[in-house]
Amino acid sequence: MYNLSGITDGIHQFLSSFLAPWLTVTVECVLIGVLLLLVYSVLALFYIYYERKICAAFQCRLGPNRVGPLGLLQSVADMFKILTKELIHLKNIDKFLFALAPYLVIIASMLSFAVLPWGNGLQIIDFNIGIFFLVAVSSIGVLGILLAGWSSNNKFTLIGSMRSGAQMVSYELSIGLSVLTMICLAGTMSVGGIVDAQSDLWFIFKGHIPAFIAFCIYLVAGTAETNRGPFDLPEAESELTAGYHTEYSGIHFGFFYLAEYLNLFIVAGVASLLFLGGWMPFHIPGWEGFNHIMDYIPGTLWFLGKAFVLSFIIIWFKWTFPRLRIDQLLTLEWKYLLPINLFNLALMVCIIVCGFTL
Amino acid sequence: MATIQEKVTARFPEATFTTDGILTITVPASQLTELAKMLRYDTDAPMDYLVTIVGMDWKDSLGCIYYLMSSVTNQVVAMRTSTTDREKPMLHSVADLWAVATLFEREVYDFFGIIFIGNPDMRRLFLNVDWVGYPLRKDYDQAPELNPVSVENERQTDDTHVWEQLPDGKIVETTREIFTPEQFVVNIGPQHPATHGVLRFRTAIDGETIQKIDVYMGYIHRGIEKLCEELTYQQTLHYMDRMDYFSAHNYHHGLCMIIEKAAGIEISRRAQVIRVMMDELSRIASHCLFIGTYCMDLGATTMLFYTLRVREQILDIMEKTCGARMTFNYDCIGGVMQDLAPDFVEDVKALLEVIPANLKEYNKIFTGNVIAKGRMTGIGYLSREDAISYSITGPSGRASGWACDMRKIRPYSIYPELDFEQITATEGDSMARFKVRLEEIKQSAHILEQLVDNIPEGECCVKVPKALKLPVGSWFEIVEGCRGAFGVYLESDGSTKPYRLKLAPPCLPLAGVVDHITRGQKIADLITIGGSLDYIVPDMDR
Amino acid sequence: MPYEAFKDNEYIENLVKELTEAGTHVVVGQLDKLINWGRSNSLWPLTFATSCCGIEFVSLGAARFDMARFGWEVARASPRQADFIMVAGTIVNRMAPVLRRLYDQLAEPKYVIACGSCAISGGPFRRSYHVAKGIEDIVPVDVYVPGCPPRPEAMIYGIMQLSRKVKVERFFGGVNRKLKQEEFLAQHPMAEAAK
Repeated sequence: MYNLSGITDGIHQFLSSFLAPWLTVTVECVLIGVLLLLVYSVLALFYIYYERKICAAFQCRLGPNRVGPLGLLQSVADMFKILTKELIHLKNIDKFLFALAPYLVIIASMLSFAVLPWGNGLQIIDFNIGIFFLVAVSSIGVLGILLAGWSSNNKFTLIGSMRSGAQMVSYELSIGLSVLTMICLAGTMSVGGIVDAQSDLWFIFKGHIPAFIAFCIYLVAGTAETNRGPFDLPEAESELTAGYHTEYSGIHFGFFYLAEYLNLFIVAGVASLLFLGGWMPFHIPGWEGFNHIMDYIPGTLWFLGKAFVLSFIIIWFKWTFPRLRIDQLLTLEWKYLLPINLFNLALMVCIIVCGFTL
Repeated sequence: MATIQEKVTARFPEATFTTDGILTITVPASQLTELAKMLRYDTDAPMDYLVTIVGMDWKDSLGCIYYLMSSVTNQVVAMRTSTTDREKPMLHSVADLWAVATLFEREVYDFFGIIFIGNPDMRRLFLNVDWVGYPLRKDYDQAPELNPVSVENERQTDDTHVWEQLPDGKIVETTREIFTPEQFVVNIGPQHPATHGVLRFRTAIDGETIQKIDVYMGYIHRGIEKLCEELTYQQTLHYMDRMDYFSAHNYHHGLCMIIEKAAGIEISRRAQVIRVMMDELSRIASHCLFIGTYCMDLGATTMLFYTLRVREQILDIMEKTCGARMTFNYDCIGGVMQDLAPDFVEDVKALLEVIPANLKEYNKIFTGNVIAKGRMTGIGYLSREDAISYSITGPSGRASGWACDMRKIRPYSIYPELDFEQITATEGDSMARFKVRLEEIKQSAHILEQLVDNIPEGECCVKVPKALKLPVGSWFEIVEGCRGAFGVYLESDGSTKPYRLKLAPPCLPLAGVVDHITRGQKIADLITIGGSLDYIVPDMDR
Repeated sequence: MPYEAFKDNEYIENLVKELTEAGTHVVVGQLDKLINWGRSNSLWPLTFATSCCGIEFVSLGAARFDMARFGWEVARASPRQADFIMVAGTIVNRMAPVLRRLYDQLAEPKYVIACGSCAISGGPFRRSYHVAKGIEDIVPVDVYVPGCPPRPEAMIYGIMQLSRKVKVERFFGGVNRKLKQEEFLAQHPMAEAAK
């Protein structure tokens, strides 16, 4: 149902009919890049609005409702403001690294964004180590944060970035291990392959207990990975003013701001990919009629819907829990999540070997 | 058992006494340390709580009045001493007897220029290092040219001065470092979301661990005490709203009470009841806001919005009666400004109905949360001895097990007739400070329940002459604000204006203890501890 | 609040009229409008409060007054990312350099609202030895909001006035003209001397 690879193949054939092969690839790459940027920024703007509305609902408020219908244009207005805001040039800083840091952060987030499958065939490239690539590029972000904190020549940013470094490096382990658990179940690292493997049943049901544990750990670690509350220590407002991006203004700050929200989407997207079948509709083995009805809902909607629900949960965390302290945060990872995760991986392997999957 | 007066007479024959409610012992400056030591370590009634040090300028001499209280017998004693040297007045420090004295003596030094020999940190407290003159001296030159408002950064030093008396009696001045050059010092404040106003912590850290904190205040020092000296008694009242703006009613109550006592004005029972009700309402509002901001400091922003709902409801009640949301100026000399709004009783009852449900909700969202427990339990431990030595009163002191509720131990107004409990805890950590406040909301609500149906009829304000003149003398009164004991010292020279009005706020000692209880904790704990102490910066700076 | 309801002071409208009388370039004019729309609808305050007014500012964020409706709830703790300072409370001698520094740290375009009588004139503390008599000597003020403290409604009104004021600015060629560093140093010899 709704296999979009036909359209993309059509475009490819159309372009190669009158262009040299190298030019075709170039044109396609540029097109994809532009499209990616567009989707990225629109989604980020939507996410900012989404979070502000959810947060308002939790706090018995209305949230933005003056700019545009239902306040929908609020984040667009914010974007115009940030775009035209002054970029402050600071003295006594490492200018190159200072300017480089926000780009590193946003590039890391864009690259991982590019891997996500949006629908059947609606994917930029489906290569055999897709999920590994995602884990790899998403960890570039921490480099940007460390550089931002270091190059700002400010004590708050330094503390913030050091916290961030410790936090992200630690939680990368949990993410990696829970991803590994699911790869065991899928038997492939290709993103398309993972989704296809869930065509009869989502992994969270298929892998039952270990998959569910992995899902919980992934959500916790993903929240930490995106520096969101209750793990928002790197930018803990009440402790470190604005953490590692204290000294950034204008669009450079905007990059951090966008990346923060998009990382939320990416974490939710990857969770939906690994556990909830990505764009795959909800199928129950044996219920053919039901499965057929579900197929009528386009895969993109499925994917977005799952991602939004998962991000709602992560936002819910943020507006409910108090913040952890840095030592508690690291204790949680190294003393609890990591051992559980390792055990869980072994459990998953046992279950697969014994054929206890559903 | 000999009385304090007898004991002191036996040891200091030249001491003179005045007993006007509070026993005041006047001794020459040379004997002050001895007397202080004797009172502090008295076996029957150790005067272990230093309420305040009132700096005084009697024109011919400068001096200090130390108000002491015993945590055992709750008896208050004052020591009074003076020096005639105006050029370089010096007194001996009592910082080794009461930890909080370091801070109080710095304040006196800042305002009067009295140097305390033996105080380990003799810097100015509120004013810049280069400030010309000592503002609370009667001969202070207020010309703005001397101390202009400047946008140039103030000069700051990392050194402090210490005057010490050598064994041969010679007094030497030495310079001492506050931070060593190797220390990594982070400035937290003055503009910082966690300091609750413009307070600045110079924090030496080692990684995430705090080594030392130097509290730097004065960013909102407005000189209220000096301003009061130029206003009539009625006019001084409105400043009470602007110190601790959450305890506006309580502070008003304190100042009105002392003026009424001095003038011999008897106020009606109705006014008494209204005052107490307003005090308790503001206590609930204040504690609610405390819970909210504290949770926000810990990262649970949403709680703030839930607690503000109750606060808004209380503000509505107050607005109907007082006409303002925050700076009420409601208690006046002789009673209260105007009578209660017609639906006051109804509104208070509606409030009392929602409070238990709200408290339950707060507990559900926050207190039971595992992260909140981890952040608060055992953090910022303050022992009972330290609480007394650092003069930590109010909920923070009671959380350390010190029963210091002035409504109970020095009852005033109609509090003796009311049935309420003094909440104390023994843990002394941030969690205890948080829980004590939650419980106090219940007690305040209980007080309101007793009063709301029993507001007696009568006039709400007795006639008081516009130009009120007080007899010559001095008075001291302590009331319970929302954050602790608020002391007022009033000295009158018989005119329509106070000769000296000293306001001893509870928040100044709260800031003084931060260094003591944060050592060795994490930066994040500083926020927890600061939040749980719940200081109001304009209150400590005045 | 509909725009027509601002009947009290027409000077902003007159200013717009004066500016547009000479005519503007179509493209530039439209772009300017777009940017001004963005800026005026996205005013992020700096978390800054010294005393009582700051508490009313907290109330402004709470459910009853909810400044989030207008998009002002993104209070930034770092001055680099904020658009305006709401000077809520008394500014004393010791605070004055700090306020000035905070203002200097704000990124252009930046605005200041003097909120409450203390910030406007020193208020009840005007005669004190340690209080700045109004903040206009320290930082340029865009909007004054009287009151002691002003009610949250008054604060909303004040920020709305600021938002109106932002709308008449011009991004292209106008306020945002970049000052060359040499030019700036020539105008501010003190900064050079301090080096």
